[in-house]
Amino acid sequence: MIDLQGFGDQLLFGAWMTLKVATGGLLLGLFLGILGAVFKQSRWRVLQMIGATYTTIIRGLPELLVVLIIYFGSAGLLTQAAAWFGHEEYVELSPLAAGIIALGVSFGAYATEVFRGAIQAIPGGQTEAAKACGMSSPRIFFRIVLPQAWRIAIPGLGNLFQVLLKDTSLISVIGLEEIMRKSQIAISNTKEPFTFYFTAALIYLSITIIVMIGQRYAEQWANRGMGRRST
Amino acid sequence: MSWNWEVIFESLPQLLSGSLLTLELVFVSLLIGGILSVPLAIMRTSSNPLIRGFPLAYTFFFRGTPLLVQLFLFYYGLAQFESVRESALWPLLREAYWCALIVFVLNTCAYTTEILRGAIQAVPRGEIEAAQAIGMSRFNLYRRIILPLAYRIGLPAYSNEIILMLKGSALASTITLLDLTGMARTIIARTYMPIEVFFAAGCIYLLLTFLFIQCYQLFERRLLRHQQPM
Repeated sequence: MIDLQGFGDQLLFGAWMTLKVATGGLLLGLFLGILGAVFKQSRWRVLQMIGATYTTIIRGLPELLVVLIIYFGSAGLLTQAAAWFGHEEYVELSPLAAGIIALGVSFGAYATEVFRGAIQAIPGGQTEAAKACGMSSPRIFFRIVLPQAWRIAIPGLGNLFQVLLKDTSLISVIGLEEIMRKSQIAISNTKEPFTFYFTAALIYLSITIIVMIGQRYAEQWANRGMGRRST
Repeated sequence: MSWNWEVIFESLPQLLSGSLLTLELVFVSLLIGGILSVPLAIMRTSSNPLIRGFPLAYTFFFRGTPLLVQLFLFYYGLAQFESVRESALWPLLREAYWCALIVFVLNTCAYTTEILRGAIQAVPRGEIEAAQAIGMSRFNLYRRIILPLAYRIGLPAYSNEIILMLKGSALASTITLLDLTGMARTIIARTYMPIEVFFAAGCIYLLLTFLFIQCYQLFERRLLRHQQPM
């Protein structure tokens, strides 16, 4: 068996931090994804352009670079902004906040495309029927379009969440104490890099399996209105 | 905040030399990974669970764990074992460059195997039966019918893998390699101008992905020219 020399609980704390940053990134990413999809399908040119620029740039940049830009780049901007308000010290985001923003922003760019496809798959007659009932546009979106779009979007979003989970390891580069960082700390004490990085790999694998099971439940939930199908 | 264009121009030669390493890593690993994925994908579609099991375990591990973990496992992890340090491969495994290359190959090979497996399974049964009916050997069947068709089916999915590999190669900077990201980080450590230098590096990455996609579309159009309207 693998001997963790008393660092097992540290790795579990790390796993907890990984889950926290992944959940935060997922929530922010879902928000940005829906917003991006709405922007891209908006009637206004400006919003379309904002949506297109966002997805093109973020999807073309390495995730590691996004993490580094948000962590180091925001420090400069925040310090500057603080200076305008008469605060003379150095200001920076915490690694957790920077990590959530970086992961959320990249998840959102990919989720935009998933949501856009899902929203387009909702028959136009549904929106027209809702309009005929006198519903307002936001209400049509939240009551008619979005609940049905989830059903189509969840498989794609599930894949993206798996990617996001693996990308959480990148946040260790800016010092967040998640699984990788905790492993590095353990290794500097025990000098057994293989043991700990392999354990880290196993933890990621188990989280992946749990997410896959969770995804199946989420798909069942989103399909609840569709009746039973014989497959 | 003052935007410093000078630092961008001054760091451009270094960033470009970093991009060369990035491109080299991406091309070599895509090439070797692509070749290795063919036998693995064929094994993966075997009806024998023992033959199917090996590539399944391999792809599950490499697709289920972060690339960063795989890099650290090879670069830092293998040194834990005496036998590795005394083996003939040690001069290779000691170098960050070779470790990064090996890990990238194994990683992209795992993803490509799955893409190719899906494509092989999507080859219409009728085509295979027709080839069998005219007495083609199994080798010829794969060489002439299944693989050429599978490549064309798998092409769109493979373009995503190329982009993922290009972006994943940024992780080489975490094991001391001076690729595009690594170069940017070194310049920043010297100049303390993260926004400008990361902006420049980001533009180069965007340019690279753009070029990749354009070239790939040409390539795809050529391979799929039989499907184009007259």
